[in-house]
Amino acid sequence: MREVRVSEITDKIEEMFIDACRNIPCNILASLKEAKEKEESPLGKEVIERIIQNDELARDKQLPICQDTGVAVVFLEVGYDVHFDGDIYEAVNEGVRRAYINGYLRKSVVKHPLDRVNTKDNTPAIVHVKLVKGDKVKIDVAPKGGGSENMSLVKILIPADGVEGIKKLVLDTVFKGGGKPCPPIIVGLGIGGNLEQSALLAKKALLREVDDVNEDPILAKLESELKEEINALGVGPMGFGGTQTCLAVKALAYPCHIASLPLAINIQCHAARHKSYIF
Amino acid sequence: MIKKLHLPLSEKEILDLRAGDQVELSGVVYTARDAAHKRFVELLEQGKELPMDIKGGAIYYVGPTPASPGRVIGSAGPTSSYRMDPYSEAMMKEGLKVMIGKGPRSKEYKDMLVKYKAVYLSAIGGAAASIGDSIKKCELICYEDLGAEAVRRLEVENFFAIVTYDTKGNDLFEDGIKQYKK
Repeated sequence: MREVRVSEITDKIEEMFIDACRNIPCNILASLKEAKEKEESPLGKEVIERIIQNDELARDKQLPICQDTGVAVVFLEVGYDVHFDGDIYEAVNEGVRRAYINGYLRKSVVKHPLDRVNTKDNTPAIVHVKLVKGDKVKIDVAPKGGGSENMSLVKILIPADGVEGIKKLVLDTVFKGGGKPCPPIIVGLGIGGNLEQSALLAKKALLREVDDVNEDPILAKLESELKEEINALGVGPMGFGGTQTCLAVKALAYPCHIASLPLAINIQCHAARHKSYIF
Repeated sequence: MIKKLHLPLSEKEILDLRAGDQVELSGVVYTARDAAHKRFVELLEQGKELPMDIKGGAIYYVGPTPASPGRVIGSAGPTSSYRMDPYSEAMMKEGLKVMIGKGPRSKEYKDMLVKYKAVYLSAIGGAAASIGDSIKKCELICYEDLGAEAVRRLEVENFFAIVTYDTKGNDLFEDGIKQYKK
């Protein structure tokens, strides 16, 4: 049994959220630069250039890339042989509280969805815990903005819909979203499982690196075809028209019921912020 | 290529703007998002006045991050504007002429711009740190309880924006996407 102090988790969570909000991952920046080169629309090129300049300025001056510093999403993979010396959920929330206050990040969470009073410290975080073998704790944090989240959806398709049905719904969703989710976007797909499992997979898919290749050949093919088809929609950077609507499609799959083909589509804006750490 | 304009805009300047024009704005804009708009419209329904004079003025849909020490404001990019569609006619009736945000809006909204001779501009979504640098003064006007959604008076300098819907019913999104759809 390995003892892990929750105060160390709090410190790390604080550091990770501030870091994520200020420092865009290098591969996202590289992907934006590649999109700028490929973009056929002059206005689209100009938009991507300004996004790149912004992300570099944010890093140099240590400012939030985007004012929407999101809801704090935290994935924890906890080894069976780990023992926490306190309440892990409270430790995570304390880290989020400190990050959003000490890091001058925006507090974007309301306590109740209907009376909508701001909690003023961006808590509670949305925490997903998975138990795994070993004695390590893996933390993934992702500040998730509202503009792109609002363009996401879950739908239970039927087996007859197949790959074509999945593609059609993804293309419709991206086209309808237009400039709203701040394209160029990353599209996270959760395929299979059930209602809630598909949504979780779609969110997790967004934690993958933008330039990785799916180990599942069926999904790898779907990802590359969909990216091309999305970019043929013409939506372009910020929806002003262009050939670079999507930086990547990332899909994860899970076994499902013989009657169902669940599909979750989680849209991520170009400020694709996430950080990972293993204790 | 980039038109430099000073706020408030004259009627002629507004009528001359065309979808696709790139502009740099200097002058005063007020911030307001969903929650502040809801309160504005409630005030107007009660026959009361808005907390600021919006006649001929500009609203920027933004909820900035807090200013870190030594800065006027934090990062301050636009929020998705369609959420303000239900409130926009009431604001244009009060004389609001320039709305700055991001993303497409309803057909009804576009028609209102023609009717009220007003324009919709886009700032670059997510370019929030750069935009924060073009804001030179920031003063709280009201609704402090709303935090990031409070209403603020901003003085901006060379604030970059793209005319998206103009007073003739032109729509940059529609035209642009048509051009690049394969």
